[in-house]
Amino acid sequence: MLELKNISFEIEDENDKKTREILQNVSLQVEDRSFVVITGPNGGGKSTLAKIIMGVENPTSGQIIYNGEDITNLDITERARRGIGFAFQQPVRFKGLFVKDLLQLAAGRKLSTDEACTYLSEVGLCAVDYIDRELNSSLSGGELKRIEIAMLMVRGVKISIFDEPEAGIDLWSFQNLIRVFEKLRDENQSSVIIISHQERILEIADKIVVIANGQVNGVGLKNEILPELLSNSSKFCRFYGREM
Amino acid sequence: MNNIIKKILELVTDKKDKPSGAYNIRVNGACADRGCTPNVDIVSKENGSGIDIHIKPGTKEEVYIPVVIDNNELTDIVYNDFYIGEDSDVVIIAGCGIHNEGSGHTQHDGIHTFHVGKNATVKYLEKHYGSGGGKGDRVINPVTNVFLEEGSTLEMDTVQIEGVDFTKRITNGKVNDNATLLIKEKLMTSGNQVATTEFEIDLDGKGSSVDVISRSVAKGSSVQEFYSKINGNNECAGHSECDAIIMDKATVTAIPEIKANHVDASLIHEAAIGKIAGVQIIKLMTLGLTREEAEKEIIAGFLK
Repeated sequence: MLELKNISFEIEDENDKKTREILQNVSLQVEDRSFVVITGPNGGGKSTLAKIIMGVENPTSGQIIYNGEDITNLDITERARRGIGFAFQQPVRFKGLFVKDLLQLAAGRKLSTDEACTYLSEVGLCAVDYIDRELNSSLSGGELKRIEIAMLMVRGVKISIFDEPEAGIDLWSFQNLIRVFEKLRDENQSSVIIISHQERILEIADKIVVIANGQVNGVGLKNEILPELLSNSSKFCRFYGREM
Repeated sequence: MNNIIKKILELVTDKKDKPSGAYNIRVNGACADRGCTPNVDIVSKENGSGIDIHIKPGTKEEVYIPVVIDNNELTDIVYNDFYIGEDSDVVIIAGCGIHNEGSGHTQHDGIHTFHVGKNATVKYLEKHYGSGGGKGDRVINPVTNVFLEEGSTLEMDTVQIEGVDFTKRITNGKVNDNATLLIKEKLMTSGNQVATTEFEIDLDGKGSSVDVISRSVAKGSSVQEFYSKINGNNECAGHSECDAIIMDKATVTAIPEIKANHVDASLIHEAAIGKIAGVQIIKLMTLGLTREEAEKEIIAGFLK
């Protein structure tokens, strides 16, 4: 189980040198093999929270406990090696590294072409067309996003964090994306934390966490939180994917 | 040949066994071994300054001409001229390795001139490497002159990854109708090493093209300079790209120049210098690599 205890995160504004609180006393539990969807308005602190779980940012105060161990002071590598994985909102490009190279780095071992292709097919990419592609500007944002998700699948992590995985994946059905999350949970025995605004992703959540203005505004089961969230969606500018 | 020479030969040519085609192995300024085939003749120049390689039209073979120096005080200058017959399709494996255990200055200047016949295709591989714990300089200054006849193609793939203290690489090309010149350069410097590369390509023919792609990594206090000049003298296409990763206290200069002397010349240059993006390191760390492992993978990929 992953537990966040009173996580706060402050930054100093470069312009006026004033301290700004991005997260304030956020506490959260992610049970094993569960879907947790973090939602809320833009700028509310969701992505920062994901980065704090992965160790990309360090909290100003608070604790992160993973399977009973305090991992607050562990770096990214150490957390990754304990089984935490993170699919970035904006995937990174690498000149000279190929899709298969990244999949192998994620796997921590050599992969056969067949194995690598299996993972690419899972995320809706025609594998033979991509396996030897360089991760440079020739790939679209949506293609990179799928490769990013495939990397998490290859890793076989126990906590998978996705920051807006649906962004840019216009042509790929949501059903396939949801199947990937289910596979991670059922076959990899992974907990899946997803930052999303999409109603169809909210619907599969075991737990929805609403974060706004750096605070937890609500935590609960989908049947408790979802109706309220959707009825109040005008408050959040109707960003949950419903027709206006 | 001693074991050091054998090891360096293998490193610069990526070949373990004696080549099957024609070859000329130069060791410490003299020919150590040579073999010809019915289609490829290698002869010494009368003045002893190098070799002429004559490749008959229609030949499809590999030619192997590496150079190794393990003498710690030698300046070796050699002129190698290639005459490549029409419609040939050949791979030329050059490469130079210097092993210097002493305090003397060791230098190899290879001046290679390629006369590529009509519709011939040439792949030219050149890997430079230095080794040895001596304080003496290891210097390699290659000059490559390329003359491409109508419809021919030369792809030049050069690599210098480690151990060369000073290099000045000069490449000149004249490209005729519908001929293509592709140059891929990979370079890594460290310590106080200095590397300069200069390209000057004349696109003289209608439909001629050149693509110069240089990728380099500068570490330590090393200095790199990249100069590229493409002259578009006809309806042609030219592109040069210099992409460098800078680390530590290194210095990198990139000066690409394109000059159109014809209204239908289409020329592009790109140059980018920067450190490894922090987000790239973070991404690989999220896959379980350490920061050092991540940097190594990013550099290896960049220079692949």
